[in-house]
Amino acid sequence: METTMQHKPKYKGKRYRLDKPELLAPAGNLEKLKFAIHYGADAVYIGGQKYGLRSNADNFSFEEMREGVEFAKKYGAKVFVATNIYAHNEDLAGIEEYLRNLYEVGISAIIVADPVIVDTARRVVPNLEVHLSTQQSTVNWQAVKYWKEEGLPRVVLGRETSLEEIAEIKKHVDVEIEAFIHGAMCSSYSGRCVLSNHFTDRDSNRGGCCQSCRWKYDLFEDAREEPVWISEEEAREDRVLQQFKLGVTQLPQFAAEDNAFTMGSKDLCMISNIPDLIDVGVDSFKIEGRMKSIHYVATVVNAYRQAIDSYMADPEHFTVKPEWIQEINKAANRPLNTGFFYDTPDHEDHIYEPEEKAAPYDFAGLVMDYDAETGIATIQQRNHFKPGQEVEFFGPRGTFFKQTVGTLWDENGNEIDAARHPLQLVKFKTEQPVKYFDMMRKKK
Amino acid sequence: MEGTKPELLVPAGSVEEAVSFISAGADAVLVGEDKYGMRLPGECSLEDISQIVKYAHDHEAKVYVSVNTLVSNDLLEDLPAYLEGLEKAGVDAIEFGDPAVLRAAGSAAPGLKLHWNAEMTSTNYATANYWGTKGASRVVVARELNMDEIVGMIPHLEVEAEVQVHGMTNIYHSKRRLVASYMTHQGRPVEGTNLGKDRGLFLIEAERQDEKYPIYEDMNGTHIMSSDDICILEDLHVLMEAGVHSFKIESLLKPASYTIEVIKAYRQAIEAFAKDPEGYAFEESWLDGIRHLQDSERELSFGFFYKEQVY
Repeated sequence: METTMQHKPKYKGKRYRLDKPELLAPAGNLEKLKFAIHYGADAVYIGGQKYGLRSNADNFSFEEMREGVEFAKKYGAKVFVATNIYAHNEDLAGIEEYLRNLYEVGISAIIVADPVIVDTARRVVPNLEVHLSTQQSTVNWQAVKYWKEEGLPRVVLGRETSLEEIAEIKKHVDVEIEAFIHGAMCSSYSGRCVLSNHFTDRDSNRGGCCQSCRWKYDLFEDAREEPVWISEEEAREDRVLQQFKLGVTQLPQFAAEDNAFTMGSKDLCMISNIPDLIDVGVDSFKIEGRMKSIHYVATVVNAYRQAIDSYMADPEHFTVKPEWIQEINKAANRPLNTGFFYDTPDHEDHIYEPEEKAAPYDFAGLVMDYDAETGIATIQQRNHFKPGQEVEFFGPRGTFFKQTVGTLWDENGNEIDAARHPLQLVKFKTEQPVKYFDMMRKKK
Repeated sequence: MEGTKPELLVPAGSVEEAVSFISAGADAVLVGEDKYGMRLPGECSLEDISQIVKYAHDHEAKVYVSVNTLVSNDLLEDLPAYLEGLEKAGVDAIEFGDPAVLRAAGSAAPGLKLHWNAEMTSTNYATANYWGTKGASRVVVARELNMDEIVGMIPHLEVEAEVQVHGMTNIYHSKRRLVASYMTHQGRPVEGTNLGKDRGLFLIEAERQDEKYPIYEDMNGTHIMSSDDICILEDLHVLMEAGVHSFKIESLLKPASYTIEVIKAYRQAIEAFAKDPEGYAFEESWLDGIRHLQDSERELSFGFFYKEQVY
């Protein structure tokens, strides 16, 4: 019996230049760049020494950029540089030279928020692509059209844009649309938050954000000039109002046992909604996280790579594989949601409970070599592990198996009781063949 | 020289407020409605605006309209007609942040003057000049700049500079309904509950017990405001000497009686400086009226004027 499941796309939009959406991953340093690309990213975005919004990341020198570009070329991948600060007067002087250098080392595009950098780039390095940063909070098609006419082939939309709005934008403007699909989110309009400036004198729009939105706050109401009388009905309905006492100057809007107020958002995750994003015509799927670990980047990229490829290969029979979600959860630092794509986030989309920050798995080792005859792998230690522990091996395209670590040897074949030293080379027998650059993780 | 006096600009929430602020000494009022503008002290319809324009123009004052919202697709349809209406009403300029407004104004109301106000992201002179080449005649500079940065901008600007000199500033804007979400999370009723600016809600952060950050919701989402009120009256001459064109007094979340005191104080300083720039000296007593009405829990501060920020 033949069961044909008619695939009816809910959204219809055209991609601008690419047949297949680009998977764009963060790369906080050269090593992360290599992992992101090896695990399936079509492009990575990095930060340079200047003009980027992650002043705490170990940003790239031009030499490292050159090496990153060379590495990316072997995979047919691209390297973008985030130059997305809002510049102050003092930042203006070096922009031209910096942009020339980026072009010279082979960067494919820069991601820009401040129009002065857009304008300078168009003038000084006209062949360097300029993408408009999400920091501009672009959420309508006329604004998108404006930037296209300014010579930008791509706009990264504000994270407030829904799928329907993206469809509308796609209908009106023939331009590449990049959308964040995974990772941490500003809960404010990006760029429209100076909490860090006010709390800690750190300039959020030049990379100093200290994430004050994730702090805990108490919500109060100013005492009114007139006494407030709470009716019995109000008191019944509202557990906080019940506690109201006359005479206080600040009325707490929380009961003693309540969680505190916060603006902290859950993280974005669209792994279960890839068909909608592809159908609506999003050109580039962006993963957030230049500060995230190698394990995070490789795991998340790997899952999205498989989901995108699987849908593109056979949209009609596409199903979301549980292992993609399991994998993502192994790297997740926070609870996940779908942002603004389907609806404005509500009470279920914020994190009021104490945050459990740590992802449940550690990157334990990197496969450097494998001897097919003996079945022995050479592993570079990335975290403490020892015989008897259960570990998981995974590689690009979703290769995966679990095993228990058996006898462990050092580089010279001496048996050891644990892999203790960072980057130490050790050997043990794997139950399935592994490849160079496969990763080994263990539960925390 | 009368001609070189900087403008004193105050947002007004109604026709009555506009009239009383102009009477108190404001050279210009900023008005509008929440659908197109952000964080206004009250809403003025097109008819209100026409009325305000008439009164203002009879009293040598100007009327600016805030159209600086982050525009959604939905708003694009109504935008041209609104701008056309504003041009017909004879307003002196609009404030914009989103390029969509620039495009709509270009076709629907080409006679409208444009002031670029992107709030916290108007941080350097070159970007202001960029918007100048696109038709803007003024930049509203970010409140997070310090005095050196502001003064340093002026000689390079090809557009006028507007600087906020008094009142609170917005420090966080989200499209999310954060207060409603929190109350729902608490299991409290939200439907029909007033979470707007007249409710008097504020946040306190654990390590900053003395600082109250006002928070409110409207159709544009959730707004969190600074815990202090900028007051640069003492050093207003530095900005006047630098050649700042317009001084903005923020009236949001303040009673009109307070704003009127503030207008009078700054008016006094502007007049004194215009009369005799050389012999000008700030007088502490100009602050008396403001201090008398100042909310005791909100510090009058120099904002970011004398702060060095790191990143």
